[in-house]
Amino acid sequence: MEHRKYDPADAPVLTVEGMNVDIAVPAGALHAVTDVSFSVRQRETLCLVGESGCGKTITSLALMRLLPRTAKLTARKINFEGHDLGRISERQMARLRGNRIGMIFQDPMTSLNPVYTIGDQLEEVYLRHRGGSRSAARKRAEYLLEKVGIINPGQRLGQFPHQLSGGLRQRMMIAMMLMCEPKIIIADEPTTALDVTVQVQILQLLRSLQDEFNMGMILITHNLGVVARMADQVAVMYAGRVVEQGSAEDVFRNPVHPYTRGLLDCMPKRGQVAANGRLGSIPGIVPSLVGQQRGCSFRNRCVLQRQACSEGQIDLRPASSGHLYRCILEPAATVLPTTLPVGSAA
Amino acid sequence: MLKFFLRRFIIAVCVAVTVSIIGFCLLRMSGDLAAVLAGENASPEDISRIAASYGLDRPYYIQYLDWVTSALRGDLGRSLFTNEPVSGLIMDRIGVTAGLAVASLLLALLIAVPLGVLAAVKANTWVDRSALVFSVAGQATPSFWLALLLILVFAVQLRWVPVSGSGTAAHFILPVITLAVSIMPSTMRITRAGMMEVLSSDYVRTARAKGLAPFKVLFKHALRNAILPVVSLAAVQLGLLLGGSVIVESIFALNGVGYLAFQSIVRVDFPVVQSILMFLACSYIILTLLSDLINAKLDPRVQLT
Repeated sequence: MEHRKYDPADAPVLTVEGMNVDIAVPAGALHAVTDVSFSVRQRETLCLVGESGCGKTITSLALMRLLPRTAKLTARKINFEGHDLGRISERQMARLRGNRIGMIFQDPMTSLNPVYTIGDQLEEVYLRHRGGSRSAARKRAEYLLEKVGIINPGQRLGQFPHQLSGGLRQRMMIAMMLMCEPKIIIADEPTTALDVTVQVQILQLLRSLQDEFNMGMILITHNLGVVARMADQVAVMYAGRVVEQGSAEDVFRNPVHPYTRGLLDCMPKRGQVAANGRLGSIPGIVPSLVGQQRGCSFRNRCVLQRQACSEGQIDLRPASSGHLYRCILEPAATVLPTTLPVGSAA
Repeated sequence: MLKFFLRRFIIAVCVAVTVSIIGFCLLRMSGDLAAVLAGENASPEDISRIAASYGLDRPYYIQYLDWVTSALRGDLGRSLFTNEPVSGLIMDRIGVTAGLAVASLLLALLIAVPLGVLAAVKANTWVDRSALVFSVAGQATPSFWLALLLILVFAVQLRWVPVSGSGTAAHFILPVITLAVSIMPSTMRITRAGMMEVLSSDYVRTARAKGLAPFKVLFKHALRNAILPVVSLAAVQLGLLLGGSVIVESIFALNGVGYLAFQSIVRVDFPVVQSILMFLACSYIILTLLSDLINAKLDPRVQLT
């Protein structure tokens, strides 16, 4: 099915500006997310990419205001349908969750309550936000189960989560979050816990539902294959910061930040091979995010590191129109020495 | 379901038989019953006469089978001390003990479960710490001491409730409080531990992501999962209360099964002791079955097989 592209002229449904999340730890403040900004239009998919611990899940939980109690969210602005998500009360936020903003979690095996039927858990969302009778909620649930590709909805609604497979449970989860037709759906690694064959089905399903219900989607993943398949916009995160963001095409075709270049080198690519004949990898580990952060957080793993990298604050700057990166080097100077065209290696 | 009950029934019978054999042997091993019954200055002839009259001179297995067959017919024998039928002695006292046990358990659950939930929700705050202090203090307080203290304050000084006896409902207030305090701490801690685990679970996060009201997240989604071990614990506690409130029944002069057991042991009234033992074993069997059924009802993953 042809994907109806989003319209760049549409106003964003969700706009995030300068979002920070600090977590109180014994040693001080852990800057889990620093200065993250992005916007999502209807039918647009933004992929947050990065390795474990880069702050992508914290970002998504922050948008849902589901952060752990020790975490503190601050932002210049998080605008969603006229609400500032960083400032509205918990009570107002609860009215948006599951209603205007939905979230799908990584592990469908543990994300559904084992002691209630699927039907109960789906209807509950509808009853909470739309009210009305249980039979109306049940009708809506059956309708959505059909939408997510479940053959005999009536029977499935009476079952308990442990009676279903992982793929089915993730479909249930998706149906549950669509009960009230949210404008934004946040999917945190929705396919990571599933079989590879099921992964593709779930991604296709998300894409088609997104078109049908005109939703904006924030998709969190560490899988670049998923990004290539799904993303309109990409934000690459490293150590709590966005190091590069732009349209998927720009970021994939012309990566600028050394980290993005390194990540793409980790993927097998037709026509290219690394100098040593192996897939690329980025040596080193992610730095501690506790305390004051200075300079570039990627510098210790960066082959292009130089003196100036550890100084001051490095801001996002444009590489081309709508394509931002966070590095002191000019775009042409960030080419990594390891990647060579096939045949040129000795 | 039928298979489940059949299995459980067979297990129950095995447990009952084992308990009865062990209990019977222990009683016989505790000494020469005939000699004890005859008294200190009895001659050997007296002792053998008594042994013969109670059938104690027969082989153990004959005595056991004799006891079992009459027990199965509903005849638990007569008390050696009062000569009353044992079944009547127990029946007269079950009401007091069961009332005391059920009331204590209900009171304990009513306080301990909400307190445990609160402690988990407010984990590592002063609320949680106070609940911990309360439970440690409760655990460390001996029942006999608390009972005497309560009597001193509320019965002797303030005269709000009677000191002892089992005439009216007011007589039960202090004993119920005493017993409830003794079982509250463990119930509270188990509830808290369960809630702590469940509150950090993915499905509780899902419930919050659905925008459900906090009390619904807490009491519908979290508590039902956290309460399962509490149910099992409550069953054990009720069993303990049915048989083990000897001290409290003695202090408050409540004429219950525990007190009867204590008296009978002192008097070597072995038909009564043996019967009370069986009564307790059966209570435990039924309570365990009940808690399994409740847990199966609460959690569809629990298989009744």
